[in-house]
Amino acid sequence: MSSSVKDAVKAFIRENYLFGDETVELADDASLIENDIIDSTGVLELVAFVEEHFGVVMDDAEIVPANLDSVDRIVAYVGSKTSQAIAV
Amino acid sequence: MCGIAGYYGGVPEANSLLSAMAFALGHRGPDAHGTFAVPEGGLAHTRLAIVGLEDGQQPMSNAAGDVTIVFNGEIFNYVELRDELRAQGRRFRSGSDTEVILHLYDKFGEDCVSRLNGDFAFAILDRSRGRMVLARDRMGVRPLYYTEKQGTFYFASEVKALLQVPGVEAEIDPVALDQIFTVWSPIAPRTPFRGISELEPASVMVVESGRQTIRSYWSLDYPDRSEAPHHISEEAATEEILALLTDATRIRMRADVPVGSYLSGGLDSSVIAALGAGMAPDGLKTFSVTFDSAEHDESAFQEEMAKALGTEHRKVSCNEGDIASIFPEVIRFTEKPIIRTAPAPLFKLSRLVRDSGLKVVLTGEGADEVFAGYDIFKEARVRRFCARQPESAIRPHLFRKLYPYLPGLQRQSADYLASFFGADAAPLDDPLFSHRPRMRGTAASKIFFSGDLRAQLAGYNAADELVSRLPQNFARWHPLHQAQYLESRFLLPGYILSSQGDRMAMAHGIEGRFPFLDHRLVELATSLPPEMKLKGLVEKYILKRAARDLVPQNIAKRAKQPYRAPDSSSFTGAGDLDYVRSALGETAVADNGLFNPKAVEKLRAKCLTGSVHGFRDNAAFVGILSTQLWLQQFSTSKNRAAEAA
Repeated sequence: MSSSVKDAVKAFIRENYLFGDETVELADDASLIENDIIDSTGVLELVAFVEEHFGVVMDDAEIVPANLDSVDRIVAYVGSKTSQAIAV
Repeated sequence: MCGIAGYYGGVPEANSLLSAMAFALGHRGPDAHGTFAVPEGGLAHTRLAIVGLEDGQQPMSNAAGDVTIVFNGEIFNYVELRDELRAQGRRFRSGSDTEVILHLYDKFGEDCVSRLNGDFAFAILDRSRGRMVLARDRMGVRPLYYTEKQGTFYFASEVKALLQVPGVEAEIDPVALDQIFTVWSPIAPRTPFRGISELEPASVMVVESGRQTIRSYWSLDYPDRSEAPHHISEEAATEEILALLTDATRIRMRADVPVGSYLSGGLDSSVIAALGAGMAPDGLKTFSVTFDSAEHDESAFQEEMAKALGTEHRKVSCNEGDIASIFPEVIRFTEKPIIRTAPAPLFKLSRLVRDSGLKVVLTGEGADEVFAGYDIFKEARVRRFCARQPESAIRPHLFRKLYPYLPGLQRQSADYLASFFGADAAPLDDPLFSHRPRMRGTAASKIFFSGDLRAQLAGYNAADELVSRLPQNFARWHPLHQAQYLESRFLLPGYILSSQGDRMAMAHGIEGRFPFLDHRLVELATSLPPEMKLKGLVEKYILKRAARDLVPQNIAKRAKQPYRAPDSSSFTGAGDLDYVRSALGETAVADNGLFNPKAVEKLRAKCLTGSVHGFRDNAAFVGILSTQLWLQQFSTSKNRAAEAA
């Protein structure tokens, strides 16, 4: 599950923010903001992607760097949301 | 206002070269042209007749005939200077300001520039002393470029005239491109043309005996923070500003043709139009640009101001597709790649002025630099406020207040706002503290640079170069003054006064005049305490006070709306034109070698879906397209290949 989530997230970031540039190394724990990959509009694009691709709904309070500022954080966030959904 | 060009040294075909250079500058001076050639050098001039209509022809020589000048611009205090010189026994043969410079040069040599209050670029061929002297105004309103080829020195108002010189090639300078994609313009003296330089503002250059010597005759200076502040009451400062601004406008109304005014709907142009209207005996004509999109349009405020002043008001709309249709022409005149489309509507506006029969307009440009009006100044203050308490969840909400016109930002959490603006990480003693978020946001667009270009630029950092250009006492200034310096010294001449200013106006033979950039007013404003300019988060506080009886309260109190134009969205829908597809197509991008063709294709596809709203993507789109157009229009090798085909 998490590897497919990670692949999907990485593919989205590479396609949408890096425009397919393969020369940029994208470490799983690298900050998307500090590495100038994402700006304020980019965050909203990311939220739309997470919601549409993984079928979760993000509350405003969840749209924070702690949940979205690296591949690892996005994967963990999606994992927590989908496991909540299964538990329910 | 005019175009000037020439050389110092020998050239084989002097007259044909001078004619070609003048022809390339024809748009700057449609009223007349003239050339002057002697064995030592040559001068060319295209004239926009504004002062001394009958007797101001150039090139103009002194009575002895051994000192000859070409001059672009206006000396606004020429009347007082001429009276002073007459009182000293000097005789004048014309009513023009050009002759005043000749007399002052005769008396003071190149130091004459410090007596001039004006917007000027000139070249003096001084055969009596065997040299050429060139100078440019303090803030960089009028342009001046130069190069050297086979021992001969060449200069011109625009690079397109220098490209008439045999052997001068148009090749893009990768470092300039890096600078544009970081700080929005090349850092002078560098230009986008490799080997062609710009004379920096407030500089005098002497060319003699094969040497070029450049010195600065004026500089922006701010008070030392460690010293006792300059004591002046708000009331006194208000009065002094109003008196100086009134005088700055008065001398900028001097012309032998009618003077009009731009009217954006904001405070700055409204103040200038109000002052100008009171000084125009036959009434003032005002000119505005309007937009279809509500987020850019200010027509309600423009109409209100025009009605309040009773001006004859004209406007031109900039609709979807308009920017795209004129963009190649715009780049032909900016002569620089640009990362915003904002110059394009001003191109349409100056055409409206010309079609209305005017040659001169006042504008409110400069007030935001001089009196701290830009959002970037407030942003830096909020970032420092946040940095004092990095854990605060409340403080970053202030960023929303700064950018009510950016919907993407309004929806962000405090954590994200703090991260985007670097409020929790940026060192407070960074000399570029105020501008780091903007520079980083812009430089992110370099992701589209090709591998070759990145390799050429390896190890280069435009921000570091900017730091290396700061004056010694910069560190002793207040942070607001540091930020004002960065705007006024680099972006103002490099982009605002050039790409948005001189070039867009002169494309249609229109002279812009800038009362806020009168050096007396600039010097007063730099001396004022920072809190008088940015009071809390109220921008241009003291100017608003000075303007309270000049403009309706509605305009005086409205939140600042920065001048912007639709960027990448201009090139979708009606703006998705053939030339855009061709310039951004894989073949053209690969041929030019500066950008990654596949990434550019993805960016364009994203733009066409209408999903590009972020600063980085917009800057990249406009920057790449304008660079491709620049190469098409100027690159010598491209043009030769096209001719051969």
